[in-house]
Amino acid sequence: MQEVTATSRHYVDRLFDPDPQKVLQGVIDMKNAVIGNNKQKANLIVLGAVPRLLYLLQQSSSGLDLRTECAVVLGSLAMGTENNIKSLVDCHIIPALLQGLLSPELIFIEACLRCLRTVFISPVTPVQLLYTVSILFFLFSVFTSDHQTVLFNHSAVQHIAPLLISPSYKVRMQALKCFSVLAYENTQVSMTLVNVLVDGEPLSQVFVRMMQRDQPVEMQLTAAKCLTFMCRAGAIQTEESCIVLKTLPCLVRMCSKDHLLEERVDGAETLAYLIEPDVELQRIASTTDHLVAMLADYFKYPSSVSAITDIKRLDHDLKHAHELRQAAFKLYASLGSNDEDIRKKITDTENMMDRIVSGLSESSIKVRLAAVRCLHSLSRSVQQLRTSFHDHAVWKPLMKLLQNAPDDVLIMASSTLCNLLLEFSPSKEPILESGVIELLCSLTQSDSPALRINGIWALMNMAFQADQKVKVEIVGCLGTEQLFRLLSDPDNSVLMKTLGLLRNLLSTRPHIDQIMSSHGKQIMQAVTLILEAEQSIEVKEQTLCILANIADGNTAKDLIMTNDDMLQKIKYYMSHSSVKLQLAATFCISNLIWNEEDGSQERQDKLRELGFVDVLHKLSQASDPNLSDRAKTAMQQYLA
Amino acid sequence: KPVSLPLHPKTRVAVMSGQSSGCGFLMSVVVHGDSTLNEQEKELNQRLRRLYPAVNESETPLPRSWSPKDKFSYIGLSQNNLRVHYKGHGKTPKDAASVRATHPIPAACGVYYFEVKIISKGRDGYMGIGLSAQGVNMNRLPGWDKHSYGYHGDDGHSFCSSGTGQPYGPTFTTGDVIGCCVNLINNTCFYTKNGHSLGRKKSNDWPNLYPTVGLQTPGEVVDANFGQHPFVFDIEDYMREWRTKIQAQIDRFPIGEREGEWQSMIQKMVASYLVHHSYCATAEAFAKTTDQAVHEELASIKNRQKIQKLVLSGRMGEAIETTQQLYPNLLERNPDLLFMLKVRQFIEMVNGTDSEVRCLGGRSPKSQDSYPGSPRSFSSPSHKASSSQPYLTGFDSSCCNGVTSNKSHSSSPHSHKACPPSSGSTLISSDISVNGSRQQPLTSDVDMEVDHFTNGVTESSSNGFLNGTSKHATEPDDCDADMEVESAQSKRQLCGGSQAAIERMIHFGRELQSMSEHLRRECGKNSANKKMLKDAFSLLAYSDPWNSPVGYQLDSIQREPVCSTLNSAILETHNLPKQPPLAQAVGQAAQCLAIMARSGSGSCAFASVDDYLH
Repeated sequence: MQEVTATSRHYVDRLFDPDPQKVLQGVIDMKNAVIGNNKQKANLIVLGAVPRLLYLLQQSSSGLDLRTECAVVLGSLAMGTENNIKSLVDCHIIPALLQGLLSPELIFIEACLRCLRTVFISPVTPVQLLYTVSILFFLFSVFTSDHQTVLFNHSAVQHIAPLLISPSYKVRMQALKCFSVLAYENTQVSMTLVNVLVDGEPLSQVFVRMMQRDQPVEMQLTAAKCLTFMCRAGAIQTEESCIVLKTLPCLVRMCSKDHLLEERVDGAETLAYLIEPDVELQRIASTTDHLVAMLADYFKYPSSVSAITDIKRLDHDLKHAHELRQAAFKLYASLGSNDEDIRKKITDTENMMDRIVSGLSESSIKVRLAAVRCLHSLSRSVQQLRTSFHDHAVWKPLMKLLQNAPDDVLIMASSTLCNLLLEFSPSKEPILESGVIELLCSLTQSDSPALRINGIWALMNMAFQADQKVKVEIVGCLGTEQLFRLLSDPDNSVLMKTLGLLRNLLSTRPHIDQIMSSHGKQIMQAVTLILEAEQSIEVKEQTLCILANIADGNTAKDLIMTNDDMLQKIKYYMSHSSVKLQLAATFCISNLIWNEEDGSQERQDKLRELGFVDVLHKLSQASDPNLSDRAKTAMQQYLA
Repeated sequence: KPVSLPLHPKTRVAVMSGQSSGCGFLMSVVVHGDSTLNEQEKELNQRLRRLYPAVNESETPLPRSWSPKDKFSYIGLSQNNLRVHYKGHGKTPKDAASVRATHPIPAACGVYYFEVKIISKGRDGYMGIGLSAQGVNMNRLPGWDKHSYGYHGDDGHSFCSSGTGQPYGPTFTTGDVIGCCVNLINNTCFYTKNGHSLGRKKSNDWPNLYPTVGLQTPGEVVDANFGQHPFVFDIEDYMREWRTKIQAQIDRFPIGEREGEWQSMIQKMVASYLVHHSYCATAEAFAKTTDQAVHEELASIKNRQKIQKLVLSGRMGEAIETTQQLYPNLLERNPDLLFMLKVRQFIEMVNGTDSEVRCLGGRSPKSQDSYPGSPRSFSSPSHKASSSQPYLTGFDSSCCNGVTSNKSHSSSPHSHKACPPSSGSTLISSDISVNGSRQQPLTSDVDMEVDHFTNGVTESSSNGFLNGTSKHATEPDDCDADMEVESAQSKRQLCGGSQAAIERMIHFGRELQSMSEHLRRECGKNSANKKMLKDAFSLLAYSDPWNSPVGYQLDSIQREPVCSTLNSAILETHNLPKQPPLAQAVGQAAQCLAIMARSGSGSCAFASVDDYLH
């Protein structure tokens, strides 16, 4: 006995060594010594190892390895007798471990969680300690998806679920909050949650009960969040009654004037998230409790009354005014993202367009972002583009927003701009005059693929049926170098839009000749490259269409005719297995041999020599009616 | 020996006619060819009772179908007056036609809801769902005229006493389920479509609105759901919210500076209650700790307690004797009371519990021994409980059944039936109100019991109070089962099985008969007394009185109204209130709620007195 105590003391002494390396070795040795040895554990506790271990665990200067080993040893001590746990709890191990969860290091967090679990599942741990679940929630609020997974792997779900039916409201509430954090954008967790039973009842039903209207608002709202997150993670279908008949109405209710400003913000944001991808939910929400009109109230803070009568309230209102506005914009954006009738309802709401316009230039970045999201959602409507967007000159603040905005705002704003630049949009002209081309060209150089797409997309829209001046300006501003860089962009959509831009630039004969005369060489090069590369059918089709456009020019034709390699490629694609590519290639040939143009005879002859007539003849027998028609039309050029 | 008592064949006839009418009902169901009708009816009643527990349907019936009388001629009804179809020309708005439900929405609903399913939108789908007051023109759609509201399917507009509607919600058509909810607390209403609330509208507070539906073009067909089926919209959840709101309002009701008074008032009420029911020791202890004076002498309380114990244990003869000793003039001045006690004595004789027949060799000593600690044991379980657990008895006055939650036998002793058989004071009104619909004069006490009993057994009552009673009515059976009757079931015999006792009982019956005749000569006809006697004698018409239609009289619970009446009468002679202030306050509260219901104040729906009597 004496001996054992002596060795135990040795372990404890080593914890105080001034050399951190020796301390670490000491802790590791201690770990090995205590495993499965209850007597040793008891001795170490008696000798005061726990406070020292906790001290080391809490010092950030200890280093990750040491802190983790300390947590492991503590966990090991907790595995011993009930007395051990009591001693640990008395030493305030729980707050220390919870604090440890804040660490960015997953290994350390894992060790802390393991130890916490051992402590919590012990019957001697006082029930009141469950209140520390509230601290847990505080910690969760800063968690990332990594943290979610760690928690999940430590069966957090199984441990927290029973707390949902705890007799204490506080505990129920904190458990609920934990779930809302765990489930957020996490399919794995959400999928597990739907199968969890609490006292024989599915978790979703427990949440539904917590949403009942006689429950505290906080609980209703958080339960609705849990179900929303589970739904968005794909674990619950949107048409299930717990979503469509319970969660959605509950969230709409939270938006009403009866609730606190914070609750209204939370409710609107959650609802926006819930209905974002589902048009049916958007339709239902838009007719529930006059939601569209209800949201208009979000813009009435601070109210003129509060300013005069009550300074405190004014302060409160002011604090939440931004939050309210951005939440309303977000929800409007979700509501209007698909359905034309809903968009109309939104723009018909009192002063709605004015509010968006002023929202675009608000000081709060959050509001600006939400406002532009809302504008973007509404800009998907042809009718709105033609009417309210034009009437309120939304392009002006939008252009302003595009200057020096952070990326997320820029993505939304430029995406909206794409829609405003559609050919039927009356805003297209004034935007062009405001020098947008340079801005868009600079977007195509962004590191963010989304911005590159939006930039090139907008340019593509702008080039559609544009006059020569604009096209020249685009090509001039973008520069062929950048154009080709975009053609080799790793993002396929960027490539597609760039090809689309080229196609739009190369339309109508004079434009084709003009551009090809100045950039013909590079363009042909790019086309060759793409046709030779491993590309999708869609990309190659676009490229062949560009080639067909080039073949439509007067002088530009020669760039193809003098390029035997290119002609061989066209021939190859005329016999390709994809009808789309066959069509595009045939179209190209048809343009080259068109009768009424200068030099058509020579071209026809040359192509006949190269065997194109045979190919056309074969294609005229094709089963695809479009293709055979196209081939026949081309053949006729020879006959005439 | 020949039984020469009159047998009252009428009673049996009455019973039989009751049975045959039951058969008639069943037959009518068969004639309709709809075997689910009965089920549906049951479901409807259950749902309505659950949704609107505060509604007293004998006063204000709930809508259950459309009225065949209150409709325009272009409206056709079918399927038990739940389906509405249009049968006019439908050329112009002048051809619009409406139908109202059979009854207006009672204010005591608090929140009322019904749904209509669009079976077919017909030619143009000009359908309106809403509300209207009695007398509003039926040749119109709901909402067009004053005192009516409607939500219209063709344009989704809501009409509020005006020919022009306001944009309100989506349009609706075939297959949609449209609901209409009236909130009688804040005077708003809202409509629902397929289970989704479409948004609140302010409404004027016109009383007595009827569910109304209007159609205008051929082919339009709609089905109503007044509670026959589960609603698509979760109305119960909405009601939960309002119940919580109202209860929070009550809980937060400011007491203010009178807090001290409040406490002493409650103490006084408790003390007076204890005294009233003769819980001497408890009353004494309570008065001491709360520093109050008891307004009745201890001896007097003990006397009353003694009498009550006798009555509750079925020893009526001794009870009458003791009363006459202690309060010499009481029964002489109160012949009706004496008669009532004697009738009860007769019943106890039949039961074999009255002291006069008991000493003639009835009961087994074993059952007497089963109450240790009680030197003169009583066979009444309720008495045993109330003597050993006086604190648990709860309110045993006429006004409360909160005690149902109390699992002890004492929960049954004095349920609601303690209506004092006198009249004239303000107390009476609260008594009546408490009994809800049963506003018979109080002298017909026994009559009332009969009604209650039937209600209890069928559980068909919509009155919370009566529901409570029904439990009392069934519970004692269980109590008896292990205490008294069942132990002797195999040998449960008339007057305890002793021949001498039977003779004594028959003799007593004759005396009673002559007393009744005497009373009639002296005081004139008294139908209550007559019925009481008739019912008591009817017991002898059955070979097994305990299992006869009049067997309920033998139940020990029936001693309670007798006991309470006697107690009140004694107290009155001492110029003490015949009802404790506590019961009076509860009665007062219940009465207030009834007045609220009548005056259209919906919040009474969520403020049941029972909820506060735990």
